[in-house]
Amino acid sequence: MKKIAVQVDDLTVAYNYKPVLWDIDLEIPEGVLMAIVGPNGAGKSTLIKAILGILKPIAGSVSIYGKPYEKQRDLVAYVPQKGSVDWDFPTTALDVVMMGTYGSLGWIKRPSQKEKKAALEALEKVGMLPFKNRQISQLSGGQQQRIFLARALVQDASIYFMDEPFQGVDATTEIAIINILKELRKAGKTVIVVHHDLQTVPEYFDWVTFLNVKKIATGPVKDIFNDDNLTKTYGINYKVSIQE
Amino acid sequence: MLGSFAVLRKQSLLGDAISHAALPGIAIAFLITGAKDSNTLLLGALVSGLLGTFWIRGIITKTHLKSDTALGLILSLFFGFGMLLLTFIQKQPNANQAGLDKYLFGQAATLVESDVWLMAIVTGLCLLVLFLFWKEFKILLFDKDYAKTLGFNTKTIDILITSFIVLAIVLGLQTVGVVLMSAMLLAPAAAARQWTNSLSKMVLLAAIFGAFSGVFGTAISASQNNLSTGPVIVIVASVFVVVSFIFSPSRGLLFRQIRFIANRRDLEQQKTLAFMYHIAETHEDISHPHTIKILNNFQGFTRKTLQKLVDKDYVTIDGTMWSLTQKGFEKAANLYNQQHKTDE
Ligand SMILES: Nc1ncnc2c1ncn2[C@@H]1O[C@H](COP(=O)(O)OP(=O)(O)OP(=O)(O)O)[C@@H](O)[C@H]1O
Ligand SMILES: [Mg+2]
Repeated sequence: MKKIAVQVDDLTVAYNYKPVLWDIDLEIPEGVLMAIVGPNGAGKSTLIKAILGILKPIAGSVSIYGKPYEKQRDLVAYVPQKGSVDWDFPTTALDVVMMGTYGSLGWIKRPSQKEKKAALEALEKVGMLPFKNRQISQLSGGQQQRIFLARALVQDASIYFMDEPFQGVDATTEIAIINILKELRKAGKTVIVVHHDLQTVPEYFDWVTFLNVKKIATGPVKDIFNDDNLTKTYGINYKVSIQE
Repeated sequence: MLGSFAVLRKQSLLGDAISHAALPGIAIAFLITGAKDSNTLLLGALVSGLLGTFWIRGIITKTHLKSDTALGLILSLFFGFGMLLLTFIQKQPNANQAGLDKYLFGQAATLVESDVWLMAIVTGLCLLVLFLFWKEFKILLFDKDYAKTLGFNTKTIDILITSFIVLAIVLGLQTVGVVLMSAMLLAPAAAARQWTNSLSKMVLLAAIFGAFSGVFGTAISASQNNLSTGPVIVIVASVFVVVSFIFSPSRGLLFRQIRFIANRRDLEQQKTLAFMYHIAETHEDISHPHTIKILNNFQGFTRKTLQKLVDKDYVTIDGTMWSLTQKGFEKAANLYNQQHKTDE
């Protein structure tokens, strides 16, 4: 039996009065590449934010390898939804990637050559090294997405949470990103990705969670990625042909 | 300098709100102590400024009002209350009161040496804090949620920044006054943003612009009898903003226009050259002459672009015939390859 990387118990989250996540139980085994799927507003981003302690849940608990998140920060990296930040902020690509090292640095201490080297390596990995000194507002959407990915890679974590890393990227970038994710899995990391393109789920991922306010299903793609669960999640009759 | 953070947070109204919120503090401090010793009054301003600010924060996080609404609400509430108190004080038979309205529009001329020292010390303190927590400030401003996942207590950083903005504003009140304070806070930062894409340079530039406005403004108002210092300083700062918006090399309106025209001209030349290249390609001899009339089929062709190409030695003209030079051919072939590369 594999170790459980992330465990969520009875999680309920609300912004106002109406819960946007309702009584979620979830176990994510170590070493999977998992997609979270569900319609817009299903609470996918909210689930990730609650797991990472950005939002406080009304009820329930989260543990990372058996301990609360606060104790396990070093093991976790996060790629936020791209639209969540102001890309007109006066800073460079390299600078943003360096932010990935701030967590291990802690308060006040400044990044040194070591951190810079790590950031450059991460930029190299996502193919963005030539853009390192580029002002971030002058990057394309797909390039900004790669920068975010590089920032998470710098954290050198065991578990990666990514909120729609494929949003607005072209086919080439998508393949480049998925290859990086598969490499992470090969290295034994756990990768959790909010994903919208249902067609590519069986090809990219080995684990999947269906979410729409409640958890509909979670498990191996080959067992549970079927029309029945898709219909339950999206409410309309879904037909996705799955290659076997 | 600290204005940079307010600008980047898109909380431009914050400065306004804080300075207005400080007014009742000044009035109350005066009512309680009866003194117009500026340190006491500023302490009052600081307390009520902080109170107003954190109240605003509270409103934004607890209710779902937009931040502009919350700011506006607090701003008018505190300012109204402050004005009420000032009117009340004015009716009192107290000779001291005359000094209070200087906080409305500011009066740099009334600054005494101890005030200046106080400002210098606080500025130094701000610089120190800024230096120490640079990385924290930056990540908070850019991506708050991410900062939180890394384990930074974002509330603490936020309070730190806000407190220093309040402190800076309160100190500036004596110089430029409640009404113009936020302009003084934001103008240098907005101007600085136009010139640079790096946070550190932006903060530095804002500080320089601010200091310049102060010195210039004071000098101008000193040379002219009836000009009060505060407004002049703000006008100087505004001039910086206007000039920056027009002339900044990367974001400015002027250069953007110039670059646009230059780009278009370049493009026209390149397109004409590429067109010629295609024609020339059909012949073994690349320099085989063709009639100029052919070019008229090509949209966007003008005599001027042709002349430019001749000037650059890419093309030679002989009567009504043109031919590509070796140099022009190579250039065009390069263009063509480049185009292909970016198309991929
Ligand atoms: N800051 C907020 N304040 C109030 N309600 C919010 C807030 N953020 C999200 N919501 C609501 O919570 C619900 C879930 O939002 P969430 O962003 O988690 O959805 P999502 O599944 O990530 O959607 P998408 O596919 O569009 O990214 C939505 O109904 C949304 O309107
Ligand atoms: Mg989302």
